[in-house]
Amino acid sequence: MTAPALVARDVTKLYRRFAHRNQFRTLKSALLTGSVLSDLRPDETFTALEGVSFEVPRGATFGVIGENGSGKSTLLKLVAGITKPTRGTIAVDGRVSALIELGAGFHPEISGRENVSINGIMLGLTRREVERRFDEIVDFAELREFIDAPVKTYSSGMYMRLGFAVAIHVDPDVLLIDEVLAVGDEAFTRKCLDKIAEFHRRDKTILFVTHSLGLVEKMCDDALWLRHGRTADRGDPKRVVDAYLTYVAAGEEALLRAQPAATAALATTPEEPAPQATPGETAPASGYRPGRWGGREIEIRAVRLLDARGRERHVFVPGETVTLVLSVHAREPVEDFVFGVGLYSAEGSCVYGTNTDIEGFVPRRAAGDAEVRLSLEGLSLVEGTYLLDLAAHRRDGTPYDYLRGLHSLRVKSRVKDVGLYRPLHRWSFSGGAEIAPPAPRGELDLGEDPGA
Amino acid sequence: MIAAIRALVRYRALVQSLVSRELKARYRGSVLGFLWSFVNPLLVLLTYTLVFTVILPNKQADIQPYFLFLFCGILPWTWFQASLAESSGVIISSGNLIKKVLFPAEVLPTVTVLANLAHFLLGLPILLAFLAWKGRLAWTAVLLPLPIAVQLVLTVGLALFLSALTVHFRDIQNILTHVLHLWFFATPVIYSYAAIPEGSPLRQALRLNPMTHVMVTYQQVLFHGNVDHWRGLFLALLVGVAAFAVGAFLFDRLRDTLPEEV
Repeated sequence: MTAPALVARDVTKLYRRFAHRNQFRTLKSALLTGSVLSDLRPDETFTALEGVSFEVPRGATFGVIGENGSGKSTLLKLVAGITKPTRGTIAVDGRVSALIELGAGFHPEISGRENVSINGIMLGLTRREVERRFDEIVDFAELREFIDAPVKTYSSGMYMRLGFAVAIHVDPDVLLIDEVLAVGDEAFTRKCLDKIAEFHRRDKTILFVTHSLGLVEKMCDDALWLRHGRTADRGDPKRVVDAYLTYVAAGEEALLRAQPAATAALATTPEEPAPQATPGETAPASGYRPGRWGGREIEIRAVRLLDARGRERHVFVPGETVTLVLSVHAREPVEDFVFGVGLYSAEGSCVYGTNTDIEGFVPRRAAGDAEVRLSLEGLSLVEGTYLLDLAAHRRDGTPYDYLRGLHSLRVKSRVKDVGLYRPLHRWSFSGGAEIAPPAPRGELDLGEDPGA
Repeated sequence: MIAAIRALVRYRALVQSLVSRELKARYRGSVLGFLWSFVNPLLVLLTYTLVFTVILPNKQADIQPYFLFLFCGILPWTWFQASLAESSGVIISSGNLIKKVLFPAEVLPTVTVLANLAHFLLGLPILLAFLAWKGRLAWTAVLLPLPIAVQLVLTVGLALFLSALTVHFRDIQNILTHVLHLWFFATPVIYSYAAIPEGSPLRQALRLNPMTHVMVTYQQVLFHGNVDHWRGLFLALLVGVAAFAVGAFLFDRLRDTLPEEV
């Protein structure tokens, strides 16, 4: 019970990359120059995994998360023994079955029955073991009536089901799962999850690579987050998933931060037809095209989004306070001016719009540099990307500087509620309704520095 | 090399079931089905017989009836040639297995060779029936397993070599077709080795070809009914073992690169 089922120690995997120079070389030239074996030496390598170490105790379910290309699948292949680590060791105690690609090795021309037995042997069963488990496999795959038809006549769902059924009935001590639960219909997916849960109850070890973070939180005892082939975090699944989500949000943040400058440079076209005065007043839902126009008597020189602690961010969670800061500059003193802000959904519908005139502020004088702040308290938006209209214009609507869709705001939430507007709300129940509260988990804390 | 043999023995159940799958799948969907294993060599025989008895008649006295002599060589050559042609592409076409399943790759070329051996063995009764019909069937036919064994070792060795190397040099598949064609004519299948004058450069060249000795043994065992080519067959065996050793070594060296390059 105490010895770990799986030990990875300082595992590094380099993939060889063959330079173009050699890629198109032929056998003939290799033979002529006597370089057959030296040509097979890599002249460029790519580090898929670097110094990854972990242990999985017997009976534990271990989740591996990370972005695409972070080395998750490589790790799984190493554990399965399909490829060898370049450095470090991986020790697995017991029979391994890998659900990496279901039905790999099925031959399309022969019947499901024969494929089951060959696939079973391929995955390490003996002929007798396959025979013993045959009925169970076929029943699990729900393919009894098609089992004697050639596999090429199967639908892709049937194919996957049969592949999953065989792989799971190999009855491994260590089960490796790579993002394969997306196969089949709802009912079959549930069946697969039940089967995996049963494995867990029977004290089998499971290694789980997935993008489904909810599944990791729900099923795993321990989680590993890979970032560019290195261990970014390891431990309690909830904590690791949170850290990962925060990191993903930060990545989006950096992307948004880089974006405005690029689009703004593109979109400085003062000849645009003068639009309606106040953002949001009559904005058409369609035809929302980013742009910038106006005479620049008052120029919006910088736009920042600040959180409650006054730090600049682009990704927020619902309920946070967001402060919009416009740094403006009036070329000459101006006495007729209005500042406006509009908030648009990614589809271009107006979520909210307001300006200083609508709200009854009376302009007196603007000259030189100034700062305009608008605080949105308790951000009432669901998850999504929102585009900002920012404007300085006359009371009659003539624009000084109008920035449409050049800045954006991203809202990230763990609660996947829908719509445009998210009122502050609270559920309560009384009487005969018995309902358990959701598992306590905080909103994402995007304020923490995720890069550390 | 020992390790390679041990691996193949360990995976014999897998090899066995893959060979039978290969046999079942090959003619699945065709009308004649399994009969093709018999019909195929007959048709090849028919073509060559037509060419060398009608168009370019071969009147050499010691190899009459010519079609029977031809049959003794064509059948094992087909095994050899098909094995190599198929095995050169077998790892690439089974890329899915290599990349996604823990799968002993050396099984693949071995299965190709064995499946073709099975076709050869299925064609053998027809050959024996023809020999019996023409009164040529001698006791020496019981020695048939010897050249078969030598050819098996040689073919598996070459198949291992080719299958692994083709993953890195895809050109091999194209070159191989022509090499095999040339090799066919450089092996005494359609002509008699004995008819080539002793000491001539051509004979010297043919002696270097291990398949020459295997083929001559087949012809002696089946057609002529007297065997005296032991030295040649033994040399072919040595070449075969060497090919197996080199093939297994190269395969092992390239093994880890296969899943990445396929």
